[in-house]
Amino acid sequence: MTHGPGTNGLILDEPLLWEKGKPGRVAYSMPTRDVPEESVDDTLVGDGPDFPDLGELDVIRHYTRLSQWNFGIDTGMYPLGSCTMKYNPKINEKMAATPGLASAHPLLEAELSQGILKLHYELQEYLAAVTGMDAVSLQPSAGAQGELTAMLMFAAYFRKKNEKRTKILIPDTAHGTNPASAALCGFASIPITSGKNGILEPVSVEELMDEETVGIMVTNPNTLGLFEEQIKEITDIVHRKGGLVYGDGANMNAIMGMVDIKRCGIDAVHLNLHKTFSTPHGGGGPGSGPVCVTEELAPFLPVPLVIKTDQGYLLETDEADSIGRVHGFFGNVSVLIRAYSYILSMGPDNLKKASQLAVLNGAYVKARLMDTFELAFDRPCMHECVFSDSRQQAFKVTTLDMAKRLIDHGYHPPTIYFPLVVPGAIMVEPTETECKDDLDTFIEVFKAIAAEAEQDSERLHQAPVITKVRRLDETQAARKPCLTG
Amino acid sequence: MLAVTGQQSLEELFDHIPEDLRYQGEIDIPGPLSEWELTDHFENLGSSMYTGSSRAVLIGAGSYDHHVPEIVRSLSGRSEFLTSYTPYQPEMAQGTLQGIFEFQTLTARLLGTEVANASMYDGASALAEALLMAIRISKKKRTVAISSAVHPHYREVVRTYLAPGPFEIVELPYGADGRTELSVLAEIDDLAGVALQSPNFFGVIEDHAAAAELVHDRGALYIACFSEPLTFGLYRNPGSFGADIVCGEGQSFGMNQSYGGAGLGMFGCKQQFVRNMPGRVVGRTADKDGKRGFVLTLATREQHIRREKATSNICSNQGLCAMTAAIHMATLGSTGLRELAKLNYDKAAHLRNGLLDAGATQLFSGPVFNEFVVVFDTDFRPQRERLLHKGIVAGLPLTGYYPDLGQAYLFCATETVSRQLIDELLEEVRR
Repeated sequence: MTHGPGTNGLILDEPLLWEKGKPGRVAYSMPTRDVPEESVDDTLVGDGPDFPDLGELDVIRHYTRLSQWNFGIDTGMYPLGSCTMKYNPKINEKMAATPGLASAHPLLEAELSQGILKLHYELQEYLAAVTGMDAVSLQPSAGAQGELTAMLMFAAYFRKKNEKRTKILIPDTAHGTNPASAALCGFASIPITSGKNGILEPVSVEELMDEETVGIMVTNPNTLGLFEEQIKEITDIVHRKGGLVYGDGANMNAIMGMVDIKRCGIDAVHLNLHKTFSTPHGGGGPGSGPVCVTEELAPFLPVPLVIKTDQGYLLETDEADSIGRVHGFFGNVSVLIRAYSYILSMGPDNLKKASQLAVLNGAYVKARLMDTFELAFDRPCMHECVFSDSRQQAFKVTTLDMAKRLIDHGYHPPTIYFPLVVPGAIMVEPTETECKDDLDTFIEVFKAIAAEAEQDSERLHQAPVITKVRRLDETQAARKPCLTG
Repeated sequence: MLAVTGQQSLEELFDHIPEDLRYQGEIDIPGPLSEWELTDHFENLGSSMYTGSSRAVLIGAGSYDHHVPEIVRSLSGRSEFLTSYTPYQPEMAQGTLQGIFEFQTLTARLLGTEVANASMYDGASALAEALLMAIRISKKKRTVAISSAVHPHYREVVRTYLAPGPFEIVELPYGADGRTELSVLAEIDDLAGVALQSPNFFGVIEDHAAAAELVHDRGALYIACFSEPLTFGLYRNPGSFGADIVCGEGQSFGMNQSYGGAGLGMFGCKQQFVRNMPGRVVGRTADKDGKRGFVLTLATREQHIRREKATSNICSNQGLCAMTAAIHMATLGSTGLRELAKLNYDKAAHLRNGLLDAGATQLFSGPVFNEFVVVFDTDFRPQRERLLHKGIVAGLPLTGYYPDLGQAYLFCATETVSRQLIDELLEEVRR
């Protein structure tokens, strides 16, 4: 069968940290003591935590081995739908380490921090330009906090207007963070079913939208990889009832320079800089989830905002209607620096091109795999496409089995079992940074796995077989949680 | 490829998008810049900052200037950690998973809690989530109390998070020793949780024992917050005093200050509350062959399963920062942590003693770690300005945060501050 890059290799084992070391070892280069010892109140002194004492090489080998058990974008293809695992340019790491920026104390006066404030201000402007929106806060630390920030702003907006709205419409294709963020603001989620084409129909919004409803949370392109073609009709309905529209920008990578979010009628949208703007995902963060809003909502943005004046860049903290801070300082600034560096190194044409190629790659994978796997919705897709395991179920092979078999071939599996509206969903997002050769190998391997499903299903049930660990017992992990060693 | 997809051009891929929603014209951003141009641009940005190698900033207040060991920088920058996603496929993410399991373990040991999660965004949102958690556990109670000696920004974030709910936030005053006045707790009903920070914003160590007892007597949960985790290398940790939730900022463990982020929210609690805890957790389990392995677990608390009923909306957290903190804690070990903590204590003591000799007064009598507040009986601004020109930022003026405190300055000295620099500062103060 066709092979991806996966192969057997030497995997070195490594114990837990505290199973190593000897008391007295220190890997840290301790500064020379140049001040006298001062007495401490004995009643306050503790024993200190029970940490293992390790030497420098102990620490180096430990974490180097751990890193080798990981798969990253630098290792191979990561077609993880709705996560936009594109290549993270190395130059951005270097820029984030610029000494004056990396060592900046967040409470230094503005006149001593002009460089970082300029960067902050310009990134606000650039993100406004990319989305078409009017004002931006860079404070939210991740997409979910961006959503929460927008929901808090919606709540503050209606409080100011003395309107009591308690419900919010959320499509059945939405990320789980949408209802969870809305719930934190006391909004009850009203699920709204997508039409048979996989996109929202204005008529279902019309039915549910009323003057007790805050509005709607829409992901566009949605999590089926489809553009919500009737978005304008939908946002008009919501606005006619005095509501607001929140856009989940998780899939912004499909539409940069192609779609104007404000023209869609969206009032607030969050961006995931760790998706669209190439900042590394770090095994689960730090991310960054700036919120971009219309002029009408701008007064409710978190403070501080960075403004440009004749005296240079300043922090604006006095906004009477602001929801306040959502971060102790200014958000995940080191992530913002990387995104800023990415935008500048791309420029306007390349950002647009990135989206076009992301959509081309999505459409290409869809076209080449749709004979093998059941396509959830046969419509023009954007940067990702969703299949299901319905054809393979005849051979008692599931999405999970095929996903795990991809691992043996050296690929990170696609997003599976999401969105929830497609049973056994397989969501593939190749991103623009994969070349045709690599896509072709991935496609051939995935087809070979489908063939294997028919001939040797047991092999798929057993997969993965060449990884350091095989399938793990998640039920046991949850039933008797062991969270510390 | 276009032949396969059935289009003539890239633009055609977007034909199904209505014309009136299309982006008009070119995106109004500069670029593209080459690596050379970009580096140049960043050098300019960097050089228009006060901070840099020849400058000393004697301010902590939630962001600490600690030495980042080269091995921490080098290991946490490994691209297998940096460019991996959330470990949803455990067979190809055991590095992240074991690393985070170790982080949870070291964090729990450091804070004295039974369990810890895989991280929160930062100290401020961790505190807000802790208070929401206390409200959830209490089921019906709606009031939380928070010390006014908690970092002012943390209190602002708490207010933001709690604003839409039917909750009341009571701020507790602080006394002459800089510690929180607990007596007022007796007058507050409907109390779900009480939060103190230690060392608090004034650098003063709170009386956890007294606080925990009083708060528990009132039937509420005791939340201990922190912004300087190095403290627990020297002082007893909050868990050992019976704190129910311990949370705070972990930037001190290997992260650049970077204008306040990315840092790390650390969060631990008692085992009995684990299913109410926000955030991701990694658990130990076994694979098909019985081999030890790690997975994300207790997902039924989380947004992707529980949706609107989740314990929090958090999804991505600060994964790499948690890994960095774990590497930093491993680099120090018990021995190194104690030594580094004591060195911080001694450096701050040396600076404090010097300032007091030079005529400043210590504002609060409570015990401190690496930060403290002094007041000057004359206007300190001219001296501070002169020191600025010598490359030293002499403390944080507190007037903006606590207008009642007058000429009070919050100073911090970590292991990075040399005796020579302290002496240079003192010489100027004495003038």
